[in-house]
Amino acid sequence: MRAPETRLPLALDCVRFAAGGVAILHDVSCTLAAGPPAIVLGPNGAGKSVLLRLCHGLLAPTSGSIRAGNRAASTERTAMVFQRPVMLRRSALANVAYPLDLPRGAAKQKASALLGRVGLPHLGGRPSRRLSGGEQQRVALARAWALDPEILFLDEPTASLDPAATRAVEEIVREIAASGVKIVMATHDLGQARRLAGEVVFLHAGRLVEHAPSAQFFDRPQSSEAAKFLRGELLA
Amino acid sequence: MPDVPHAGAIALQLVISGDPALWRIVGLSLAVSLSAVFLAAFIGLPLGAALALGRFPGRDLIVVVLNACMGLPPVVVGLAVYLLLSRAGPLGQFGILFTPGAMVLAQAVLVLPIVAALARQVIEDLWSEYGEQLRSLGSGRARSVVTLLWDGRFALVTVLLAGFGRAVAEVGAVMIVGGNIDGVTRVMTTAIALETSKGDLPLALGLGIVLITVVVFVNAGAWGVRRLGESFAG
Repeated sequence: MRAPETRLPLALDCVRFAAGGVAILHDVSCTLAAGPPAIVLGPNGAGKSVLLRLCHGLLAPTSGSIRAGNRAASTERTAMVFQRPVMLRRSALANVAYPLDLPRGAAKQKASALLGRVGLPHLGGRPSRRLSGGEQQRVALARAWALDPEILFLDEPTASLDPAATRAVEEIVREIAASGVKIVMATHDLGQARRLAGEVVFLHAGRLVEHAPSAQFFDRPQSSEAAKFLRGELLA
Repeated sequence: MPDVPHAGAIALQLVISGDPALWRIVGLSLAVSLSAVFLAAFIGLPLGAALALGRFPGRDLIVVVLNACMGLPPVVVGLAVYLLLSRAGPLGQFGILFTPGAMVLAQAVLVLPIVAALARQVIEDLWSEYGEQLRSLGSGRARSVVTLLWDGRFALVTVLLAGFGRAVAEVGAVMIVGGNIDGVTRVMTTAIALETSKGDLPLALGLGIVLITVVVFVNAGAWGVRRLGESFAG
């Protein structure tokens, strides 16, 4: 059951973030509406992770505001998958069932179904920390999915995975997107951005440089930084 | 100087003979120290978790004091508990001085700082790994504490063993509040102290060997439980 109110659109207004006196994001304003995946693209250190954490309500902006629907950004009905999945010290099934606010039997059943959807139906009973990195990330995806989020944030979820595991994760991300969840995913992998993006938010040095539909961004980037990044040049 | 093989033979003989007095002493040692550890865990684990997650003024001071209290001298704790429980003391009305209950209380006071301080460290480390993920999953503070205690269970067993080791090995506190009464409050350590002062060094050493063996068995049991649990939960 979905509450009538929604966490979309996600609207950032002049968001600044500084930690320990160091400015990480400068005046980022943009609006992400329901629709195909938004890819937050940019070199390492551009502020992608911080942007996602702010939108997910894990961090509070130093100034500016972030609204998710008609409320302030929070973890409520949004979910996040981190670069390195944090597996609780229990079985894969128990990890997926953890966020479910359901009676035991029903939670197990739903968790088991979700493990099936991420292609791990047979691994439910295994200690999650003994799984491979790719399997752990799929369990993390199932666990995030269990929250029934409207927005799913992914922070470089395939950065430490091999190509086969990356493909599996991308498949799941596509499937989650197809189920109507807004995907907001950070990556510095151009190929991955091309494969998944509906729209691109391009960050460089803590500033939002470009926000455009993916076709436009990849074919006709408007900024010189984006053009350089797309040509594979190193951004200073 | 008694020779160690002789003491070992006495220890073996004590165990084999099944001397009921010995087993009463061993049993009381275990009962008192395990009860003290459970009591300390009941208070110390949630206290450690609260300190690990809490951010409030004076927190650092409490952490430092707690860490320092890990080294509380048993005789001083024994004396303090003695004063509390003595006829004229604030808890004198319960009349538990020179009973095993008083010994449990004194050892719990000794063990509590160890359990709380080490649990705080374990849980704080785990929280730095889990914190963001648990908040992301919508887990509130109370639930996070339960999750951290459960997920830290293997490390926390070691914490409890450290507490148990402290309790079962100390002599000063149980001597003062228990009184080393034969058949009532005599435990391994007070018996050893008594035999030593009586000059029966082989018997004292034999008792010492039995005590060490008991401690090894308790730790081996905990280790086995831990390994078994880890193979199921990773």
